Amino acid sequence: MVQFGYNISQPRAINMDKNDMMISQKILRTMPELQTCIACGSCTATCTAGAITSFNFRKVHTLVRRGEYKGAYEEMNKCMLCGKCRLSCPRGINTRGVVMLIKQELGEYR
Amino acid sequence: MSKRVIVIGGGVAGMQTAATLAGLGIHPVIIEKGDRLGGKLLNWHKLFPTFTPAGEVLDTLRRQLKDVEIMTNTEVKRIEQSGVVLNDGRLLVSDAVVVCSGFDIFRAEIKEEYGYGIYDNVYTTVDIERMLNEGKVHTADGHIPERIAFLHCVGSRDEKVGQKHCSRVCCITGVKQAMELKELFPQSEIYNFYMDIRMFGPGYEEMYRQAQEEFNIHFIRGRISEASETIDKRVQIKAEDTLIGRPLKMTVDMLILIVGMKAGASNDRFAENRGIELYPSHFIRPRNQFVDNICSSAGNIFYAGTVTAPKNVGESLNEGVAAALRVSKYLED
Amino acid sequence: MKRNSWQEYQKEIADDHYFYVRSCIRQNFFPGSEAAFLNILRNDLGRDVGEEARHTSCTGIGYHSDIVPLETIMTVVARQFAMMTEAGYEHFTSSCITSFGIYSEILETWKEFPETEERTREYLYKATGREFKKPKSLAHTSDIIFHHREQIGKQAVRPLVNVETGEPLKVVEHIGCHYAKLFPKSGIGGSEFPYVLAGMIESWGGEVVDYPERRHCCGFGFRNYLVQANRGYSIANSQKKLESMAPYKPDFIVANCPGCTMFLDKWQYAIAEMEGTTYGPDGQGIPVLSYEEMAGLVLGYDPWELGMQMHQVAVEPLLDKMGVRYDPAAKYLARNGKYIGQPEEAAVNLRCTSQPIIRKL
Repeated sequence: MVQFGYNISQPRAINMDKNDMMISQKILRTMPELQTCIACGSCTATCTAGAITSFNFRKVHTLVRRGEYKGAYEEMNKCMLCGKCRLSCPRGINTRGVVMLIKQELGEYR
Repeated sequence: MSKRVIVIGGGVAGMQTAATLAGLGIHPVIIEKGDRLGGKLLNWHKLFPTFTPAGEVLDTLRRQLKDVEIMTNTEVKRIEQSGVVLNDGRLLVSDAVVVCSGFDIFRAEIKEEYGYGIYDNVYTTVDIERMLNEGKVHTADGHIPERIAFLHCVGSRDEKVGQKHCSRVCCITGVKQAMELKELFPQSEIYNFYMDIRMFGPGYEEMYRQAQEEFNIHFIRGRISEASETIDKRVQIKAEDTLIGRPLKMTVDMLILIVGMKAGASNDRFAENRGIELYPSHFIRPRNQFVDNICSSAGNIFYAGTVTAPKNVGESLNEGVAAALRVSKYLED
Repeated sequence: MKRNSWQEYQKEIADDHYFYVRSCIRQNFFPGSEAAFLNILRNDLGRDVGEEARHTSCTGIGYHSDIVPLETIMTVVARQFAMMTEAGYEHFTSSCITSFGIYSEILETWKEFPETEERTREYLYKATGREFKKPKSLAHTSDIIFHHREQIGKQAVRPLVNVETGEPLKVVEHIGCHYAKLFPKSGIGGSEFPYVLAGMIESWGGEVVDYPERRHCCGFGFRNYLVQANRGYSIANSQKKLESMAPYKPDFIVANCPGCTMFLDKWQYAIAEMEGTTYGPDGQGIPVLSYEEMAGLVLGYDPWELGMQMHQVAVEPLLDKMGVRYDPAAKYLARNGKYIGQPEEAAVNLRCTSQPIIRKL
């Protein structure tokens, strides 16, 4: 193939027509409360790991809900499981449970 | 002889005002431009947050209007101190006027980028209520939708179409219809695209939570920028998932535009009366937002319902009672 | 397509006596298009079009690439208007969409901020001694062809119909962003459902293809393609459009912007060479025409006279569908009969070069 000195940029959009939603649906069936997240960010604000790494619990589980699984497992590995986020969540989501569930379901996407 | 009060508009606010006036021994006349009473609720299926059939509310109101004089297919042109002038030029004399002329539904065609009226599978919340009433909800070619998107704030909080205000009730309407469609089509995926979710009424927040947790309705924070038709007549939509910070696209079988409330077209005409003032949104501005929120600056003109601002059915009904009581006090003085 | 909203966006287009300014790049990439516009207007429609050889670039490319400052481009634009005024014309028309956007934007700026117009008049007078009147009407040349579409339709020799099947040709129309996205009111049909090219297609017997990425930008973007390393996102945008339109099997693409026409044509070559993907039937490309070329074919002009041999994507499959008679041997001959050279054979022009050329490996 010919090289012209540039590549064709790949689309950045989350493509919900191509993403495989099976795992995401399974996660939501197991923990439907995750849908009630209102993105207040208090989990990330209080996160022990988020204070020193790029870990953003809210963003990672939102990506997972959109079928974007790549990297989620590694991200969740940054969680120290201290449990503070669960105390701060105004919707009462079992955030530690979400971390464990995502790790369990998405191990293959490493 | 009892005093005569003209009630402009036979929607829920007007019906409630007239019923209350009649109960107080005053003679109300409802002037309705349509051919029957009920206003917007005539075309509505069920009401949030209790899923009460709209017809039940109307039936209750109608029963209270047995002795009330009603003029249908009649439109008011101007409001004067002595009464109202009709479109045919007749002057109807009255001791007071209660303006209950409500709101207009925002015309979704104006948001051209969503292709309403152009693409077969783009609908409004009004269409969905009609389809629910008819018991026929399906895609344009008669299929069960597998994926549905609702778009909040169509014609609300949108400077581009001259609608800077929040229409308030659309958020909960979007949640209600999402739940109704999920009940009809349990296998379908439903996405609500929103800018903010504003759950202002009793039981609304609880209903929102129920939609998320029990109905598995997905809420994506981001406004759809455009809709286009695909080769199989589905609708491709683009938005940003702002909570992730990436563009997002998907194809849906039905795109439902949650249309907002626009100030009634007659408000401009009514405001030719010096006692009636308008907000920049063209809703009517009451004399005072607190203690006189149903009163005009003209002593004998009063307001009830969405003529002054977007409101839900309960609030409009309450204003009907309040306006009637203030009219009665005015007539005594 | 059920589009009614275009009727709400109409603009005044003059009937006759246009002052014509050219595009910087079209002469190279679509060299017959501007001549075709003049021939159609003057000879087929009997209209008066004035030109002035001393008019310059509007400097839009420099402006959009942060090289030409606002005051400078305003003065250059003022000079073009002075040329028009001196030639005795009032209706200004530009061949280029970028220029059309520049003219629209500057006229609007002068309206909103009259002091900028005053300053521009002063600069122009100091620099050149010229003065100008603002045009009575401003139109893109595609507006003018649109305005005369019914008359062209009446004079049509070859409508946009497949001669073998009798079916209307399926046409993708692409509108340059600066035609109506800057000022929706300045474009026929507005920005979401522009009708300027669709109207021509429908009047001349074709069928407009509405595909999901119809409104998407071609990716031209000035500073994006000017820097070689950045071309990835220019080409990605064209690719997105091509992928979206391909399932509709369009017979050709027509565009009204010099940049879009060039990119939708040339990026097809680049994508085919880089990735091996083509978007037309049988591994070929989708021919890309300017609206003047489209009008020219409809009116019976010779394709090589229209400059269509300069396209990267071969146009012969389209010419065959339309029943256009052409001399394959004359494709790469200049008007004086001299051989002008020809491109190497590539996926998008396969079998359409004059003689087979063995590909260098």
